[in-house]
Amino acid sequence: MPAPAKSTAATSTRRRTSRTSEAQRAKLENYYRQMLLVRRFEERAQRAYLQAYIGGYCHLNLGEEAAIVGLLDALDPHDYLFTNYREHGYAIAKGIEPERVMAELYGRTDGVSKGWGGSMHMFDVEHRLLGGYGIVGGQLPIATGTALALQYQDRSEVVMCTMGDGTTAIGAFHESLNLAALWKLPIVYVIINNGLGMGTDVAHASAEPELYKRAAAYRMPSARVDGADPEATASAALQAVEAARGGTPYLLEVMTERLRGHSVVDPAKYRSTDETTRLKGADPVVLFAARLLERGVLDQAALDVIDTETAARIDAVAQFAEASPEPDVSTLFDHTYATPVPNDSRRLPGSPLFAPAPFPGRPA
Amino acid sequence: MSVITYRQALHDTLRAELARDDNVFLMGEEIGLFEGSYKITAGLLDEFGPRRVRDTPIAEEGFTGAAIGAAMLGLRPVVEIMTINFSLLALDQIVNHAAKIHGMFGGQLAVPMVIRTPGGGGQQLGASHSQNIELYYSFVPGLKVVAPSTPADAKALLLAAIRDDDPVLFLENLALYNTKGEVPADCAPATIGKAHISREGEDLTLIGYSRMAHVARQVAEELADSEGLDIEVVDLRSLRPLDRDTVIASVRKTGAAVVLEDDWLTYGIGAEIAASISDGAFDHLDAPVRRVAMAEVPLPYAKSLETAALPSHDDVVTAVHETLAAVGRRR
Ligand SMILES: Cc1ncc(C[n+]2csc(CCOP(=O)(O)OP(=O)(O)O)c2C)c(N)n1
Ligand SMILES: [Mg+2]
Repeated sequence: MPAPAKSTAATSTRRRTSRTSEAQRAKLENYYRQMLLVRRFEERAQRAYLQAYIGGYCHLNLGEEAAIVGLLDALDPHDYLFTNYREHGYAIAKGIEPERVMAELYGRTDGVSKGWGGSMHMFDVEHRLLGGYGIVGGQLPIATGTALALQYQDRSEVVMCTMGDGTTAIGAFHESLNLAALWKLPIVYVIINNGLGMGTDVAHASAEPELYKRAAAYRMPSARVDGADPEATASAALQAVEAARGGTPYLLEVMTERLRGHSVVDPAKYRSTDETTRLKGADPVVLFAARLLERGVLDQAALDVIDTETAARIDAVAQFAEASPEPDVSTLFDHTYATPVPNDSRRLPGSPLFAPAPFPGRPA
Repeated sequence: MSVITYRQALHDTLRAELARDDNVFLMGEEIGLFEGSYKITAGLLDEFGPRRVRDTPIAEEGFTGAAIGAAMLGLRPVVEIMTINFSLLALDQIVNHAAKIHGMFGGQLAVPMVIRTPGGGGQQLGASHSQNIELYYSFVPGLKVVAPSTPADAKALLLAAIRDDDPVLFLENLALYNTKGEVPADCAPATIGKAHISREGEDLTLIGYSRMAHVARQVAEELADSEGLDIEVVDLRSLRPLDRDTVIASVRKTGAAVVLEDDWLTYGIGAEIAASISDGAFDHLDAPVRRVAMAEVPLPYAKSLETAALPSHDDVVTAVHETLAAVGRRR
């Protein structure tokens, strides 16, 4: 949080303080609303997946809500975001209507990617979410390149590129950070450290388990922050974004918990009982609600109202997705190339390459 | 003889080979503690320990390359790449190194390694997770590529691949893991490079591998029952080397061929088969060689589009009917 400006007049100070704390209160309430929206959205997605409305893989942000809301609070609406396959919450926090995110999960035409991407591939140019990538580390060089374009075009926006802890082992991580540091690109790399790849913990995947320290190899500033705390995450992210806007790329490591399995179908049997018990006390939505109560920002009645409103919103979101039409088969060949090209194959699997030729010398 | 799944056949074979030869070891993402994304390696970490069953970070290029180096000193690494899509990150090590080291250094060292990886679309995984790109590897001299369609072949070919002195890409398939079949207890290693006639017939040759060999057998049986057709099925089993002799002999007998593949049509495995038939059975052909392959698009997520893009059972039946109709007209 930037400190409030100094004032000389006592009355004005008092007014400003109360105004600031009202703004602060509204901001915290908004954090909570967004966190709960992501939570309920993901719970609904899980249900819809188990009911087979959603196919493919489905990775949820359960446990990542505070991190998402804090990180995205530091971005201006016109800044760019790249993320991985665990991105429903990021899409929502970037301002995309949850209806369109859910419609994408359902594979419908109103989905953010028009039903072509699914859970792992959310994309929306207008809101400057440039993907959702399913190949681990695939987003890193691409995000680096968009930062290059921003620098090249002398623009003021920055790029934020999130990834998981496991992703720091992939070659593209190191190549990208080196490029960004050499070229002083306006980019913030964010490691969401939930402690696990699928089932492998950080200590078994990274020779430097304090992942933010990897930035040292590129002389890039970096920090680690508690991702269960949306305020701390927001202020750490703001510092990172400001550095990037000034031409210093930054690596931010956000410590989170993955409350469930790697994806909806993973029962997470590899987790110990101790670990499971510990997680019960580490739910960021519960922790933040408790903090808001304790600080008197919201009372229980207000929390209950937000809960009811969010539940109603999510029902509407699911109804919207269910009502949205499926893409028509006639559109199957619409997106292979950006411009039409002669001889592009538009053949369905059952069709012959050439219609059967008439037998020579006989009428067709 | 027992009836087990394709998954179980792979698991049992890995286990037996680990027990037989200390030089055999497994490496890959989440194969140990997590027991494998598709549970092929379940229980093996417990049984053989982390020296033999090695969890790796997410670093396909690194650990696949490391397997090459280990193989050069005589170990027999069996690498699991979670799906064939992710093998693209290791493409340089596989194509520029694994396939080249024997030849480029004048035949001084061999690279006895196996890369196990499943292909298979149709699970709404989207464009980057649904590719069937075994062609990329089948194209490269120095690599061997095998693609079993049954539990028995999964076992026989995996035994052969592990004991082979060259790098072998062992193609599995997500849609086959739960399929069942008889596997002889004393199953011997297969000969890599040999196709198999999985059903004899006179009317037409259906050619496939991996999942599509399975579909070919199903369609042939169904059309025998429903229409009295007598279709021969060639299960390629090995994509490189390719058993052209078996394909040609079959087409010389039947005079018609339909090739099934789960990859894209243009430049695909089917194109190679069709060209081989044109070379080796031209005078025996009574109809153009027909290919059934995926629509040439990045595979969409939406079920409606995905279903339309993937070759189906009905597409195969249509291709068989149309090919036989063309035969009829020409005779
Ligand atoms: C190149 C590549 N290898 C493997 C996978 C399979 N995979 C998907 S997610 C994942 C774990 C990633 O862990 P992490 O980066 O920590 O992200 P998290 O899922 O914990 O958010 C793996 C191995 C993949 N998608 N891409
Ligand atoms: Mg992780």
